[in-house]
Amino acid sequence: MNAIISISRRSFIVGVASTAGSLSLGFHLPFIKPSLAQGAVMEPELNAWVVIRPDDTVVIRIARSEMGQGTLTGLAQLVAEELNCDWSKVTTEYPSPAENLARDRVWGNFSTGGSRGIRESHDYVRMGGATAREMLIAAAAAEWGVPASECAATLGTVTHSGSNRTASYGQLAAAAAQVTPPTDVQLKDPKDWTIAGKPLPRLDTADKLNGAQVYGVDLKLPGMVNAAVRACPYFGGKVASFDAAAVASMPGVQKVVQVDETAVAVVADTWWRAKTALDALPVVWDEGPNTGVSSQTIAHILEEGLEADNAFVGAQQGDAPAALTGATKVVSAVYSYPYQNHATMEPMNATALYTPEKCEVWVPTQNGEASLAAAAEAAELPVSQCNVHKIHLGGGFGRRGMQDYVTQAVRIAREFPGTPVKLIWSREEDMLQGRYHPVTQSRLTGALDADGNLTALHMRISGQSILAAVMPQRMQDGMDPIVFQGLTADSPEGHLGYTIPNLLIDHAMRNPPIPPGFWRGVNLNQNAIYVECFVDELAHAAGVDPLAFRRKLMANHPKHLAVLEAVAERIGWDTPAPAGVHRGLAQIMGFGSYVAAAAEVSVTDGQLRIHRIVAATDPGHVVNPAQVERQVEGSFVYGLSACLYGECTVNGGRMEQENFDSYEVVRMADMPEVETIIIPSGGFWGGVGEPTIAVAAPAVLNAIFAATGKRIRSLPLKNHDLA
Amino acid sequence: MARLTINGTPQDVEVDPDTPLLWVIREQIGLTGTKYGCGVAACGACTVHIDGVATRSCVLPVSAVEPDQQITTIEGLSPDSSHPIQKAWLALDVPQCGYCQAGMIMAAAGLLSQNPNPTDEDINAEITNICRCGTYNRVRAAIKLAANDGDTTQRG
Repeated sequence: MNAIISISRRSFIVGVASTAGSLSLGFHLPFIKPSLAQGAVMEPELNAWVVIRPDDTVVIRIARSEMGQGTLTGLAQLVAEELNCDWSKVTTEYPSPAENLARDRVWGNFSTGGSRGIRESHDYVRMGGATAREMLIAAAAAEWGVPASECAATLGTVTHSGSNRTASYGQLAAAAAQVTPPTDVQLKDPKDWTIAGKPLPRLDTADKLNGAQVYGVDLKLPGMVNAAVRACPYFGGKVASFDAAAVASMPGVQKVVQVDETAVAVVADTWWRAKTALDALPVVWDEGPNTGVSSQTIAHILEEGLEADNAFVGAQQGDAPAALTGATKVVSAVYSYPYQNHATMEPMNATALYTPEKCEVWVPTQNGEASLAAAAEAAELPVSQCNVHKIHLGGGFGRRGMQDYVTQAVRIAREFPGTPVKLIWSREEDMLQGRYHPVTQSRLTGALDADGNLTALHMRISGQSILAAVMPQRMQDGMDPIVFQGLTADSPEGHLGYTIPNLLIDHAMRNPPIPPGFWRGVNLNQNAIYVECFVDELAHAAGVDPLAFRRKLMANHPKHLAVLEAVAERIGWDTPAPAGVHRGLAQIMGFGSYVAAAAEVSVTDGQLRIHRIVAATDPGHVVNPAQVERQVEGSFVYGLSACLYGECTVNGGRMEQENFDSYEVVRMADMPEVETIIIPSGGFWGGVGEPTIAVAAPAVLNAIFAATGKRIRSLPLKNHDLA
Repeated sequence: MARLTINGTPQDVEVDPDTPLLWVIREQIGLTGTKYGCGVAACGACTVHIDGVATRSCVLPVSAVEPDQQITTIEGLSPDSSHPIQKAWLALDVPQCGYCQAGMIMAAAGLLSQNPNPTDEDINAEITNICRCGTYNRVRAAIKLAANDGDTTQRG
């Protein structure tokens, strides 16, 4: 994949055009030979999505960020499918956010999160490919003086059926670029796909096998200096003072910078020297107002919310409180979910080059336009004088949708006008300055009638709102709608797969002073645990098999049921498990897709072993089944890491975990077999990067109950004795 | 001043002696394929070979490496991604974000050079690198593929 090369070339062109040579002409081009940069100007652009070079190379522009999830390959497949090009000639590049703004946002939304990369842009990127195809056909028809209807485009070649004349896309591209784009193009029926829908290898693998892939931390710019930063680890605290003189003479140190009121940075010739000096820098913190906050005090606040009179209603049917009051058999349980850190393998970083006239940032970001806005604000320059160059991400998981590290990098760079500054967070900084998966608790109360039917359910969620902290503009009359992910009655994004005659799901918002963020899977993660483990509890209370119990509630939800039945059948739910092995089930809908999992576990002398996972996904349409399989498998690493180990605990107003030695995650030895069943039922477009995470933990927890009779209602499992 | 032999080439570097080898490789030598992940030898992203043995370089002071010891980074594992592990990785399209993969590949190549036919238990014990995207099952399959294809010794 040579997106980096292309980005750099594009930045060169834009830079020259916008600064009249003042800065960019003297600016070294990373990763690029000047000859290629010169030649690039001649490339015919058919439209925003498609550039075809004279050598038949097809450059497909990708607006969303690639962070491992395979979106880059999938989006390229969709464009190539409609373009009818030769897949072996396809390469990709990222347009820059500044170009997007300059061209009236022709590439649409750059934000890459919520499993939206493909499902939210498939229509317009396919239209880009189809329109370009018709322009190529029109150019050939005009050249040959024949009707376009007699010409066809396949595998990167236009052929005239009457005369057998042919021309390659590379030969036609310059003329095609002058054709007026048609407006009546029809997209293919997915059943006719030959490139999309196929398990093609990723386009970006080769450079990841030999060290050639450039991540943000790897960026090298001429004259670049390196920065290490430390922000106040106490939430709400500030820098009180620091003694810059104490480290000024340490090797390589150039400057100690107060970044803002919360953070201080050391800038040195190398990052290691910057970090070494930062570690030695005497800093006094104003610990702020939250030093009395701990995981225990937060838990107490959430417990109060479980009982509160006032709550936002997310789903309501019948009269659950009345039905529960009159019920003969009532089951109730309280669950909780802790803070998690994203822990991307590549720590947060950004490189900034600032002058009073211009600010450029190179950053692995999930939202290039938000990075641009953050850069402009920190630089105090008009957006039109800023640019962001997107770099491949070493993991994102939601953390890189936040832009705090971009702001820091630009603020530090302002102290070094004309000199690029690369800011890299240490792992410790990354752990202490997270935007954490929020904490919630849930009390679920269900009523069973004499026949074991669920007649009423009240699910009270108490806890933290992400939107209130990071996107208050999306709050609805004070309510955070995404707290109810997977639970609402009719959302196409994810609705509850059970019909319950009396249902109330409500949220008592309690926001501790810990910054929350979107963490891969978001609120679906804990909601699926709460619902799916509690449904398992209800089934056992009713004396009914958990699958049979669910089936009775799912008659109106055939797609939810289909994925559940698929995993049950594959795991052999109706047949005995191997000796000592026990099974659990879970299903949920989220990010527009239906997902289910079945787990086989054993617990021997308190030691849990997860032997096997079967997962099923119905995302409507599948663009690359091989990549879907990888996302589903990876979801179990993320989901099981949280289930087994994941917990950020607060003590004295700060997080206690600072590195992987105290924030353990799933490794090879923990990893079960994962069998993936993909059931694309068509007619809708769902996401795949996140939903399956949510069923990982409840399937395993339900299997643990089957194995031990122990109902685990708080994570992580490392805190529980299963013996 | 330290003399290091990296990917077969002796090099003199001006460096503080307690600098971890990782940062010498990344910042002084300029080979950035070897990654920083934790700085406490907990994640394996920084794995290189020293005399053929997979070693976490983020806590190893450069002064602890002798001039004649052979340091191999991901860039030097093979000249053309032809090491059996790299070929297996390509065949199974293992990486997702890819950030941990250089360390994962170096750890796997180190394992196969010591143990040409590792069992699942061997792999569990020796490949303790962290991947957050979730490539573990494909890493395992690729190690087995490379082992079955043979030709894994005397490389890297």
